[in-house]
Amino acid sequence: MPNPTTLGRHSRRQHPLWQLSLMRWRIFAREPSALFWTYGFPVVLALALGVAFRNRPPEASDIAIQASPEAEIWRSALATNQTVHVHWLDAQKARDALRSGKVALVVVPGQPRTYLFDPTRPESRIARAIVDDALQRAEGRADVAPVNDQLITEPGSRYIDFLIPGLLGFNLMSSGLWGVGFVIVEMRVRKLIKRMTATPMSRTHFLLSFVLVRGAFLLGELPILLSFAHWVFDVPIRGSLILLVGLSALGSLMFAGIGLLLGCRAQNTHTVAGLVNLVSLPMLVTSGVFFSAARFPPIVQPIINYLPLTALIQAVRTVMLDGADASAVAGQIATMLAWGLICFGLALRLFRWQ
Amino acid sequence: MGTKPAIVCRALVKDYGSLRAVNGLDLEVGAGECFGLLGPNGAGKTTTVEILEGLLPPTSGEVEILGRTWQAERGALRQRLGISLQETNLADKLTVEETLRLFRSFYAAGPDITSLLELVSLTDKRQTWYVKLSGGQKQRLAVACALVGDPEILFLDEPTTGLDPQSRRQLWGLIEQFKSEGRTVLLTTHYMDEAQRLCDRVAVVDKGKVIALGSPRELIQSLGGTDVVEIRCEGEPDEERLKGLPGVHAVKRRADVVSLTVEHLHKTLPLLLAHFQQNGNTLNGLSTHHATLEDVFVNLTGRHLRD
Repeated sequence: MPNPTTLGRHSRRQHPLWQLSLMRWRIFAREPSALFWTYGFPVVLALALGVAFRNRPPEASDIAIQASPEAEIWRSALATNQTVHVHWLDAQKARDALRSGKVALVVVPGQPRTYLFDPTRPESRIARAIVDDALQRAEGRADVAPVNDQLITEPGSRYIDFLIPGLLGFNLMSSGLWGVGFVIVEMRVRKLIKRMTATPMSRTHFLLSFVLVRGAFLLGELPILLSFAHWVFDVPIRGSLILLVGLSALGSLMFAGIGLLLGCRAQNTHTVAGLVNLVSLPMLVTSGVFFSAARFPPIVQPIINYLPLTALIQAVRTVMLDGADASAVAGQIATMLAWGLICFGLALRLFRWQ
Repeated sequence: MGTKPAIVCRALVKDYGSLRAVNGLDLEVGAGECFGLLGPNGAGKTTTVEILEGLLPPTSGEVEILGRTWQAERGALRQRLGISLQETNLADKLTVEETLRLFRSFYAAGPDITSLLELVSLTDKRQTWYVKLSGGQKQRLAVACALVGDPEILFLDEPTTGLDPQSRRQLWGLIEQFKSEGRTVLLTTHYMDEAQRLCDRVAVVDKGKVIALGSPRELIQSLGGTDVVEIRCEGEPDEERLKGLPGVHAVKRRADVVSLTVEHLHKTLPLLLAHFQQNGNTLNGLSTHHATLEDVFVNLTGRHLRD
């Protein structure tokens, strides 16, 4: 054992912010489940949803004709129509099929004939239009104006194109909130934060290391998801790639700030898990990850528009699919900056170090 | 003991709601001294140490470390103290060396990692994850993290609790080495053998107060004798007459055990045996041991340290 007096007293040290970031990175990289949720899961989700909603030929609507001799002529008129699939049922069975959703519409013979359907079901309204149009034509109605249909199924306007920016935003949100908020509380429970504050460590360095390492993870998350989307589904990136990286980095830092705020007081991991879910689930539903946020009533639109995830997804979607430049998404950039800075500032003030 | 005290606190009080954990505690630890806070669990040792370490604010009272206050010179003090908390779980999946490099980066000056690893005998574990270390190795790493900034004062809160005897001796060697360089150590423990071996002076703490202060030797001498005789017997022993026997300093009864503090065991023991025979008490058991700090605590409080 060497005498401590002979120990080198002035050994070189590395910058604490670098060492803190290195620690965060190592802990993350040595946790296989953390790696999967950050890098693997979004790709799996994109693949599953992309396959589920892939473009298929339009499905035929199931409709029923109430069986009777006078209805035979309609049955043969619809037999050649590709967009409807006719079931020949007696009165009771036809109504049962409608009620249970097996058919979208029932045609009841009579003078005049009756269409039975539920107008709140979109497929029923479509079936009514198709059936009525086909029967009227068969009965001799002529079109008064010629029309031309042009079918659009090209990349950039499919569901998968809509979905990828949403998934990117969702992934940045969950890895930011869990990867910062949850991890901080875990460190607090282990009294590791207390141990570190017993050193001359700068508290700002400590918090900053979380934010910086989130930014570094992004450099892995973004290319994996985007190149997967590009090679497998041919999803286009129409705007500037640099702008896209910048927006993702900003989103990532913003969610790291929100994660810090969520984890700044909690004394156990159950509390912070509840908080993260409380914050992320409403945004998952309303911010336009899986379907457009515009579907919600106008009265809540102003709120939804200023949610952190909405701002990020709108900006990424506009740049990726519409090829917009930075000025087109300035509002979203400002929203994200505000969320990030306010949350980071609050976290710094409210943080429980013991 | 140096001239200027390393640690001073006066009338320290800490309340947790209606519970008073520290109740007007005074301490003065000299530079170069190894000072022990000895007391049972819940005596307020950890709270006191964490206030001295600047981790907890006191409810009232004054603290000066190296002649500075925490309010005025927190940053400068942090650079000069080494701290090992009672329970620290370092990051599970960082290696010994990575952990030390991290802690080293917080301090302006300090030993290089290789010699520090050698000092705490963890050289062959440098690439091992924290989670895979034994209890003793984890504790030595915790002490190494406290030494990484080349501190003037080392705070150790129950450094050997839960360790096996060999690991304890290894840590004691480490602390003695630090002490031999004339640096200050403040440690808490509820092991009297640890306090007796390591500490120049000990403060016995109970219910948030110092109830005795001195070197382990002085404290034991305050019992009046150097040996303790414990006797179990049938019938009622006559405590007054026992006290009057030559060489007997104190008599205490605890359930069916009479314990006597005696000065010269070899002279007093035959007298004791004769007394019990005369008195008609049949002895069921008799044992003797050199007086320890535990006996001091029992003498002061009527309770054992680990009751």
